[in-house]
Parts: sequence; C-alpha cells; structure tokens
Amino acid sequence: MDLEHLSRLQFAVTTLYHYLFVPLSISLSLFTALLQTAHVRAQRRARRGRAVAGDPDRYGRLSLLTGKLLMVTFAVGVVTGLVQEFQFGLSWSAFARFYGDVFGPVLAIEGMLAFFLEATFLGLWWFGRDRLPRAVHLATIWVVALGTTISAFVILAANSFLQNPVAYAVDPVTGRARLTSFRELLLNEVNLAAFPHTYAGAVMAGGALVMAVGVWHLLRGGHDAASETFAAFRALSRFGAWATLVGGGVLALSGDVLGKVITQVQPMKMAAAEALYESRTGAPFSIFAYAPPGTDRPTFSLEVPGLLSFLAKGSFTARVSGITELQQAYSARFGPGDYTPWVPVSFWSFRLMIGVGMTAALVALVHLWVTRSGRPLEVDSRLATSVLWSVPVLPLLPMAANSFGWIFTETGRQPWLAFGLFKTAEGVSPGLTVLEVAVSLAAFTVVYGALAWAWTTLVLRLVRNGLPELPADRAAERDLAADAPDVALSY
Amino acid sequence: MDLPVLWFGVAVLAWVLFFVLEGFDFGVGFLGPLLGRTDAERGAAVRTVGPVWDGNEVWLVAAIGVTFAAFPDWYAALLSGLYLPVVAALLLLAVRGVALEFRGKHDSPRWHARCDAFLAASSLLLAATWGAVLGVLLEGLALAADGEVHAAGAVGGLTRTLAPMTAPWAVLGGFAGVLLTTVHGATFLSLRTTGVLRARSRRLAVATAPALAIAGLAVFLAEGTPAVAAAVVLLAVAAVAAWRRAEALAFAATSLAVAVAVVAVFTAHLPVLLPSTLDAAADVTLRGAVAPESSLHLISVVGVVVLPGVVAYQLWSYWVFRRRVASGHEPVPAPAAAALR
Repeated sequence: MDLEHLSRLQFAVTTLYHYLFVPLSISLSLFTALLQTAHVRAQRRARRGRAVAGDPDRYGRLSLLTGKLLMVTFAVGVVTGLVQEFQFGLSWSAFARFYGDVFGPVLAIEGMLAFFLEATFLGLWWFGRDRLPRAVHLATIWVVALGTTISAFVILAANSFLQNPVAYAVDPVTGRARLTSFRELLLNEVNLAAFPHTYAGAVMAGGALVMAVGVWHLLRGGHDAASETFAAFRALSRFGAWATLVGGGVLALSGDVLGKVITQVQPMKMAAAEALYESRTGAPFSIFAYAPPGTDRPTFSLEVPGLLSFLAKGSFTARVSGITELQQAYSARFGPGDYTPWVPVSFWSFRLMIGVGMTAALVALVHLWVTRSGRPLEVDSRLATSVLWSVPVLPLLPMAANSFGWIFTETGRQPWLAFGLFKTAEGVSPGLTVLEVAVSLAAFTVVYGALAWAWTTLVLRLVRNGLPELPADRAAERDLAADAPDVALSY
Repeated sequence: MDLPVLWFGVAVLAWVLFFVLEGFDFGVGFLGPLLGRTDAERGAAVRTVGPVWDGNEVWLVAAIGVTFAAFPDWYAALLSGLYLPVVAALLLLAVRGVALEFRGKHDSPRWHARCDAFLAASSLLLAATWGAVLGVLLEGLALAADGEVHAAGAVGGLTRTLAPMTAPWAVLGGFAGVLLTTVHGATFLSLRTTGVLRARSRRLAVATAPALAIAGLAVFLAEGTPAVAAAVVLLAVAAVAAWRRAEALAFAATSLAVAVAVVAVFTAHLPVLLPSTLDAAADVTLRGAVAPESSLHLISVVGVVVLPGVVAYQLWSYWVFRRRVASGHEPVPAPAAAALR
C-alpha cells in the first residue's frame, strides 16, 4: 500500500474509533442532565409533601448510573480526541501548511470554548456532589452537555468546510487559503444540515445503549417485578427507546435535507451513493444492487422508480447527474484525473447507514409498544423475546450506522481533501515514509484495541452492578468540620 | 498591538500551563504507587488529581491548537519532524488517562493495582518523553528547504524522527523531565494530602529538590543561561520550604521552576522558533511561520473573551476541591461518618 493510502487508512481508523465514544459522551451527558433534573424536581415535590410516583430518588440513581457510563466513555473520547488534534501536523503537514489558516483557528476555538468547559465541569460534577449547592451541582452537568454540543457544532463546521469550502480566499502567490469570515464558516449550509443529523445520531447511540441496559435488567436482572428497581429500569429502557426513536426521526428528516444540499455541492458523492452512471430524469433509488466481482457497474438492481430524483432534488421527475457526466465535467474543469470515488463503498455505506440506523429505531418502537401503559416486559411474549435477543447488538447498531455515515461522507469526497480545492494526495507530509506509518498504525491498533477491551469490560461490570446508591449530598456536609480532611471515597 | 508576538506569548503560556499542571499530574501518577503503601493510600494520592487532571490536560489541546492556528508552519514542521515520538506520547497519554479515570470506577484491589501499574509506567514515560521533546526544541531538527525532515538510507524511515530524541539536549531533557516531575509531584502531594502521604512526599521533596538544584547549577555553569539560574534558585527555595513545612511555598516554587524552564526553552533561539540543523535559511522563525493578520484577529477576539473565563472557572474548580485528601487512615468524625453512609 502506498503512503497516501496508508495515511488515509490511519486517519480513518483513528477517527472512526474516536467516533465510537464521542456520540455516547454527547448523549450520556444530555441524559444524565435530564435525569438529574428530574431527580431534583422529585426531591423538591417530596419535600413539599406532594405525591411522587415511586421512589423520589429513582431518577437520581439512574442519573448516577448513566453518569458513571459517561465518565468511563468520556475518558476514552478525550484521549483519542487528543490524537485527532495532532494528526494534521503528523501525517498531513502539507494540508496543515496550506489550510492551517482556516483549520487551525477552528480547532483552537473548539478547544478554548468547548473542551475546557466539558473537562473542568465534568470533574466538578463527579467529585463535587458533596461540596456544591444542589442547584450548582445540577448546573455543572448541564454545562458539560452544553460543552459537548458546542464542540460538535464547531468541529462539524471544520469538516463541512472540507465538503463545501466557504468563507475563504486563496493567496495567489503562496497557494495558502485563509479564512474570511468565521460566521460564514459556521453557517455553511452543509454544517447547518450536518449538525442536527450528527447530533441525532449521537442521541440514537446513547438511547440504544441505555435502552439495552434497561431491557437487560428487566429480563435478566433477577429483580422482583413489583420492586422499585424493576420500575426504575423499566423507566430507563423506555427513556432510551424514546431517545432512539426521536433520534431516528430527526436523522431521517435532517438526512433528507443534507442529501439535497450535498447533491448541490458534491453531486458526484450522491451519484456514487447510487451507482448512477448515466444521468437520468426520474432517477430510481436502488435498495439493493449486484455488480459482478471485479467490476463497479451493477448488473442487477432492486429499484424504486423516481425516488432518487425526489431524494436528491425534491421532485420525482428531476434530472440527476450521473458519474460519467460528472467525471467528464470535472476533468474539463480541474484537469485530467480520476474524480470518481470507489463506488461500491459509497453505495453500500450509504445503505448500511440508513438500514442499520432504522433497524435500531424499529426495535425501539417495538419496545415502546410492548411496554406501553405500565406493562412489564415478559419473556413469554414473542415480541419481548426478540427485544431481548437484540440487547447485546442494540447499542452497536447506531454506533455502526454512525461509522457508515462517516465512511460514506469521507470516501465519497475523494479524491478531494477540500472539495474542488485540494486533493488528498497533495496533503500528505512530504518527509513521511511508509515504514513510519506502518509502525504507528500498528501501535494505534494495539493500544486502541486494549482500551476498547478495558472500556467494554468496565461498562459490562457497571451495568451488571445495577442501580448505584446515592452518595450524601451537600446537606450532610454541614455536619463535617470546615477544615476536616476530604475522605477519598471513590478512589 | 503586535499580534504575532502576542500570540507567541499566548502559545508559550499555554505550553507553560500544560507543563506546570500536567507536570504534577505525571508526578502524582508515578509517585502515588511509590509513596502509598496500601491501596487506600495510593487511592488517596490519585484522588488529589482526580477532579482536575482532565481540565489540566486540555491545556495541551489549547497549546497545540494555538500553535496550529497562529503558527501553522511551526506546527507542521515540529509534528511531522517528530512523528514517532509524538505518536508515542499520544499513546502514553491515552493509557495514562484511561488508567487514571478507570481506577476508581471498580472497587477491587486487583483492579486498582493493575490501573496503578499502567498509570505509573505511562506517567513516568510521559515525563521523560515530553522532557526530551523540549530538548529537541533546543537542538533543532534537520529541516530541509521545504520545512520538512527527510529520511536518509534504508532504515531512514525509523531513524528520521527517532534520532533527534538521542541528541544531547533531548537526553538531558528526558532526565530533567523525570526529576522535575518527581519534585513537583512531591510538593503537590505534600500540599494536598494529610498524614503519612503528606510526610512521605515532604521527605521526597526535601531529598530530590537539592539534587536537582545542583544538577541545574552544573548546567548553568556550562551554559550561563539566566533562566537556568532562576530555576536553580527556585528549586533551592522549594527544598528549604519543604523542609520547613511551608508546603504552599514549596509548590509555588516548583511550579515557577517548571514555568521558567519551559519559557527558557521556547525563547532560547528567538526570533527562531525551531532551528534547522541543516540550513539556517530553513529555520522556522516567528515572523516566517505566523498566520495572516485575519487569522490572528479572529482568535484574538475569541481568546480575549473566552480565555479569562476559562482561567476563572478552572481556578474556581481548584477552590472547590481545596480540602486536603485524607490518606485513608485518619478517623472520620462520627456524625460525618453516619451521614456519608
């Protein structure tokens, strides 16, 4: 494998791995904030003597469970994210030189605005329960959720620049690009569609995880169906299922918008997604296609008439440009070269992203139906059994869908790094050698593999341990002498 | 307002904060298992940095981000020219972060012991690696006219970026990194713990600070850099302060010593940021590597608004966790014990 492809593989592997943990961090911080808010309100109602459904501490204990999962996941997300900050200089230094004046400020601002916020306030949340006023402690987890949201928006603006360069000017002498408007960069129409799409994908990932945790405890946790613990896990599973379902809905709507935007700015990506070689009016959408091994052109296709035209341009009779026409147009515009992405990868990653994602939403819908109106989840019901079988796989579905989405959007942009401006091949560090990248890729594989194993074993253990007990909050603190030492409880 | 110089200052400040704050994080990482003899004691040591290590580490993100934004050519030359060492540092940071964070999430001595082993090893190697990287900034890299380091020979691929780490200043930097984080971690622990941990870390600080001061004195006599003299004086202050149980002063002194050393490294060759050992024309200079005014203007606007707030809320978080951490042997007052159940 040559240097460019090996470097691309390394960037892809490290990014996809990072992006297994990030969506969970985003959604778990939001869920923990919501659950803790519910707890504070239940406590307030109980203090005023009003009736509360179930144990007033239920949501507090659930928030502590999701919070523990958040802490564990966030750590892996942070350290793998650190690698991302450095990768542009490590393997892609030519890109860093030519586009550093656009990309650099965006990364710096993300760090200044979002990363400090998330990291500092997460520490305050986890360790500060017994030394912060209740309202302040609640605010800290909301700040973490805010930080993850800002981070997502800003980094997606950076990626959206690569998909659809805006707000830049290229110096004719040096060939270096510089940013002309940060506001325009953030409001890139690709970013405006990609942000809700990506955020919804994150909510879906966390929702599926939390739903699976709840369902596992209902069916295998050995809890008495009349107990508070059972009720708490039922509530958690439904909460997760709603998150998955709503996430799926937003994904579909925002995906539709994003598809139309991308058709305008990167028509080749959408043509490759469909393996549409010849331009068509009333282009069909292929659900499944087969191409003989060694070729890229399908010989058989299961199609829905007119649907591609509708997805791409909003009308069943619209004209959609095909790969052949676009390849010719780009060669005329940019000079001779191969402007076609690897079609089978585009075709299948697009379909797997949608299919796998919607499967998760479907399972969530089934679960909500089966547990409606206070029904417990019984193993006898056939539907319930199918939900149980899905438990180990369920959290993986949105994680896989998110990965397919990134694979689709990044490979579909090739051969461009910044579309229409800078090719991927031009971006590799000039001094870099194949041997070095092979060594680093092997090292990443080993270390990341070990981290994934550690994360999985810890998460499984935390899930099996069940609902944690709430530690004392600050009310108990008043009994402690002001200068008494802090007992190291959690380490 | 000379924006390039201002942003060089901000970049150096971010690097200083990274080394000062993560310096004691690394120190605690390998001193905890050393000074703590029981699981509870080791847990207490880690607990001193538990709430703050992640916020501290973000200063690395800030430092590299500001370096990228304000001096893209410096960022590119440094990272691609130190490819394998930086990859190693990133992987060590990954192991360190996960070991630290995962330790407290499961209540088993064997789990704690395993996490401690990874935490200690990675922290120690990180102190050495980052110290060596700072040394490379003093030595320079074999930058060609295109600003990159190119491999020579068959195995050139591996030696291209590993060789700079064997240069004299890099090796010295590695040792200095380990020794400084030992002293700095020790003064931090003596400030933040009670009982046996406080006593043991104080003794370690008293033992190692003078030794490091003497080593620094040798460097000063050889090189004559005022910054090194300042660091030597600060280490002497730290030694005396630790001996006299003025723990806050000792910690302030070691923090300043680290800061002074880092500033000295970054400003050693000014206006050159990263010298080329091949051709002086290929030196990375402040004016040469800086981003255009529009980029600097943008990050200035955000920086002026956001960075003071960042410092403020980080200081607040240190204030929230100001209480010393008990070593695990002290009796807890009875009403508190009941409330904590």
